[in-house]
Amino acid sequence: MKQTLSARAPSLFEEVVAETSGLGENLNTCIQCGTCGGSCPSGDDMDHTPREIFALIREDMRDEVLSSNTPWYCVSCYYCMARCPQDIHITDIMYALKRMAIKEGLYQKAGKDKAPEFSETFIGFVENNGRSFELGLATRYHLRHHPLDAVKMATGMGLQLFTRGRMDLIPPKIKGIDQLKAILKKSKELGGEA
Amino acid sequence: MKYGYYPGCSMEKNARSYHTSLMAIAEHLDLDFEEVEDWNCCGATEYFAINDIPAYALVGRNLAIASKQNGSQKLVAPCSACFLNLKKTDHIMAEHKNVNEKVNIALEEGGLSYQPGTVSVHHLLEIIVKDVGLEAIEEKVQRPLYDLRIAPYYGCMVPRPADMESFDDPEHPTSMDTLMERLGAIVVDFPLKAQCCGGHMTQISEETALELIRRLLKNADDYGADMISTLCPMCQLNLDAYQDAVNAHFGTDYHIPVMYFTQLIGLAFGIPEKELGFGKEIVSAQPALRKISDEPPQKKKRRRRPRRRTGLPMPTMPEEG
Repeated sequence: MKQTLSARAPSLFEEVVAETSGLGENLNTCIQCGTCGGSCPSGDDMDHTPREIFALIREDMRDEVLSSNTPWYCVSCYYCMARCPQDIHITDIMYALKRMAIKEGLYQKAGKDKAPEFSETFIGFVENNGRSFELGLATRYHLRHHPLDAVKMATGMGLQLFTRGRMDLIPPKIKGIDQLKAILKKSKELGGEA
Repeated sequence: MKYGYYPGCSMEKNARSYHTSLMAIAEHLDLDFEEVEDWNCCGATEYFAINDIPAYALVGRNLAIASKQNGSQKLVAPCSACFLNLKKTDHIMAEHKNVNEKVNIALEEGGLSYQPGTVSVHHLLEIIVKDVGLEAIEEKVQRPLYDLRIAPYYGCMVPRPADMESFDDPEHPTSMDTLMERLGAIVVDFPLKAQCCGGHMTQISEETALELIRRLLKNADDYGADMISTLCPMCQLNLDAYQDAVNAHFGTDYHIPVMYFTQLIGLAFGIPEKELGFGKEIVSAQPALRKISDEPPQKKKRRRRPRRRTGLPMPTMPEEG
């Protein structure tokens, strides 16, 4: 029997395109020139440069891509995107890879840094209060992962910022938090996640 | 001139001096900012890493409130990430029907809706340079920043708002350079002016982040800058609060104050330092401020190129005889 296209499991490339809401469609036009990696400020510390990641995606090397630290070291500065001769939405593809790695638990399994949890802690405050909260973010995240850093932060830079009136002690909260929560709850259903 | 104003979380506390200095100069420049009512966080660079439709919806709520409140007035954001997220969400909703539909279904749960294209989002620097204009600013200068050597730092998202049009060059922006010159300052070359400060990288991999910050400080220092001027709370925090950590990590000794461009405009307008939030920076601005001179710098006389006494050797004919 002839296999129909829809019956085939989607390739990694197709999944990435779907995850970017279509923004990543022209990823297949990548000419492997390496301008992205050459422009990247944190490229030196990445497991693979963006160019390599795109080659791996096209080869369907799922685990290699999703357990790579590359998207987590992307600082979203859009330098590669400004320079890409093919106008590929590189930064958005990096965001999509982060989401896919979290969903599949592949990045955490690799046992590297705790970047996903930093994003999650940050967003936790936003989802519950409508505002970010630097002190809470620093203490909650650091106490969990680097307790020594938390002490260093509190006595060093934290104190410097606090004495200059640059840090809140109580998390700020918006009035319409119930409205925001309802919006986010619905959007999570629509985004395919609960 | 009336504008909608989206301050963003940092302006409330960490970057309070940016907010106070902006409000102080706004009076002088006849700028009227109406804050978006009960605005929420833009999600910074974090929400897109977790869930994209909620990330757009989070920003969507701000756009919906802004459009209800101010109609089609320009919406101004002083923070790079807030500016990018607001502008990008509006743009993506306009270009991608599926995102627009989903965001509006979600907004409906909160009794809101947003028609993409209604709100036009601008970064504060663009408003100051283009709408107010450099001439209007120069007219108000009372105490020029003579002799102060400034490295104007733009960071990433203001010159490069994703794939959307930028008001300045994405790699070599110059608008803040010109602005600082009009305030009387000496603008130094700063080749890394549009490189990233690392954003949240200090929390993910401190070593990577410190190297990014070191490069910027070194570059400004190499060109003899007394001060870095910035337009983003995240850039200010990283370059200012982590300067000690950079010095400790690399054995360097940088003391370059990092001030908001609005503070410098205010200073040149003759507004007292206290009203501009000076003193909230960790690397003190005072030593740099003491360099400001009352006299305009002496224009260097152009040295005339000494005239060559002889021209290029010409072929000569052998003398006859």
